[in-house]
Amino acid sequence: MNFQLPDLAPMMPELVMTALALVVLLADLLIRKKEVIALISMAGVAFVALTLFYAPGGATFGTMYISDGYSTFFKVIFFINVILSVLISIKYIAVERVNYGEYYSLILFSTIGMMIMASAGDLIVLYLGLELMALSTYVLAGFIRHDIKSNEAALKYFLLGAFSSAFLLYGISLVYGLTGTTDIKAIASFISEKGLADNLSLLLSVAFLVVAFGFKIAAAPFHMWAPDVYEGAPTSITAFMSVGPKAAGFAVLGRVFMVAFASAKVDWAVILIPVAILTMAVGNIVALSQTNIKRMLAYSSIAHAGYALLGIITANNDGLASMMNYLMIYAFMNIGAFAVIIMLRSEGFKGDNISDYEGLAKTHPLAAMLMLIFMFSLTGIPPTAGFIGKLYIFMSAINAGYTWLVVIAVIFSAISAYFYLRIVMYMYMKEPKTDVSLTTSFSNGVALAVTTVAVLVIGVLPASLLELAKAAISGF
Amino acid sequence: MIQQAFFAYFAFVITILSLLIVTRKNPVHSVMWMLLLFFHIAGMYLFLNAEFMAAIQVIVYAGGILVLFLFAVLLVNIREELQIGKYIGAAPTSFTFAVGLFVVIVMSLRSFVAAPPGIYSIELIKQETHTKALGKLLYTEFLYPFEVASLILLVAIIGAIVLAKRRLKS
Repeated sequence: MNFQLPDLAPMMPELVMTALALVVLLADLLIRKKEVIALISMAGVAFVALTLFYAPGGATFGTMYISDGYSTFFKVIFFINVILSVLISIKYIAVERVNYGEYYSLILFSTIGMMIMASAGDLIVLYLGLELMALSTYVLAGFIRHDIKSNEAALKYFLLGAFSSAFLLYGISLVYGLTGTTDIKAIASFISEKGLADNLSLLLSVAFLVVAFGFKIAAAPFHMWAPDVYEGAPTSITAFMSVGPKAAGFAVLGRVFMVAFASAKVDWAVILIPVAILTMAVGNIVALSQTNIKRMLAYSSIAHAGYALLGIITANNDGLASMMNYLMIYAFMNIGAFAVIIMLRSEGFKGDNISDYEGLAKTHPLAAMLMLIFMFSLTGIPPTAGFIGKLYIFMSAINAGYTWLVVIAVIFSAISAYFYLRIVMYMYMKEPKTDVSLTTSFSNGVALAVTTVAVLVIGVLPASLLELAKAAISGF
Repeated sequence: MIQQAFFAYFAFVITILSLLIVTRKNPVHSVMWMLLLFFHIAGMYLFLNAEFMAAIQVIVYAGGILVLFLFAVLLVNIREELQIGKYIGAAPTSFTFAVGLFVVIVMSLRSFVAAPPGIYSIELIKQETHTKALGKLLYTEFLYPFEVASLILLVAIIGAIVLAKRRLKS
């Protein structure tokens, strides 16, 4: 029996990232100052991002691992997500008294899971990547052990996550039974060869996969976990998991549905359209009545998943590119908003109620100004990036003939202005009631600067990012 | 014929046992039913000519995981079940959904066409032995998922330590 080691060069980013996570885990033993560990993590991720561009593309381990433009673009989103999340965590986890080194290594392990998902060419690998990502996030959600809400968040996320994994596995096993393979490309060719596209059991497995991925991207009606988990989890982790796992979910949704079930496009579009409408409706309407800002942003993140789903529904490269573009923009504006929220948390003051923002413009004009930019961007008001993201998504959906769906999306988008701009109104038009003191730090300032600049620059010069996304997807 | 009878027995008993596990009020009873369930699943593997899987099922699940379950039940020391009000009194709704899902699954599965079998026929496995075939695949074709699984286990260990071992600071 001869064994050949597969070509490891294309998966260099994952290997370096794994090494980094292990180094960070061990460094925790030796280094007392946890800020140093955060610095090691960020420098390491920057190095991994470098290897991403020098590693050759292509498939390895058979076709279980695929490195192409599509996966590279998503990995860039994950790296931005992890660096910004670490930046806003450094001070925050000290305030929460959970300043442990494992925090950073778990974030890195979760990111490895996302990278594996984005590069998965096989359903088994996809599942394992998803579990790696999810398992680390469950622990991170419950990281504040002395806070009962954090415990609740972790437990709910874990139980419902395990439930959705069961759907995923059932779906995968049905596909395997039908096609005899778990390889995504081989599934596609088998389905078109044997004319299985209209098979009811294939449709059932597609529905199960929609349930499982819908859970990860927090699409209604599989969104039930999101508000409780986003509220209870440490704020930095809420920022992390409202961007990373969501983007990873979209990455696998795009690859599995566009490649493996390419010939059943009509079928899954029929399933995804009501899901998208319901997601936008639930997210935007329930957000109106929230009093907790983390809960409100949880519903807002559900709504944004609905908009991004339009990109998948169009089922062409244009739609996918605008979806990727949207997720990149969402990473900046959402983490930016959380970077402001995190500043309000100080010793003995939770600062996550919307009423805490009353009169913030008078006491802390700069923070209020930044929050204003992020809220405008989340609403989709020009000249911010959020407007561009929505514009491209809606344009690609109209070009694909879904004008009525875009009309619905625009209506819900208009509704969303109410709860985003309510915060702006509170900050600028009310008198301060409570004495809010901000917890500022250099690293959080860096995160705020980066996100603000990104939101404004992408808003003014949008073409290059979209061109990048289009170029990334050209060989898909 | 005898094969179908075997399968029917195992499938039926496994379903019943799973129901018993999730409906018992006493956790010790649940764990005991689970032990029986694991043996039946091992029997199913044997019946599929997968003797290695059957042995692993008994050793790892029945021998290892179940004992841990028992320890957990023992250490938590639940005298009485915690009685809290239900958030939603939605038993009829969930029952309707469950029945609906069951009907949908049964209806869709009627159009199921099994794919042609792969290269690992029963004869080939008999010739190669099950353990060897499995090991060979696991370390060649499926090396990548195998390594990813090791990372998942590592995260599970870290998670358990982070969540359980750290001293509470209030």
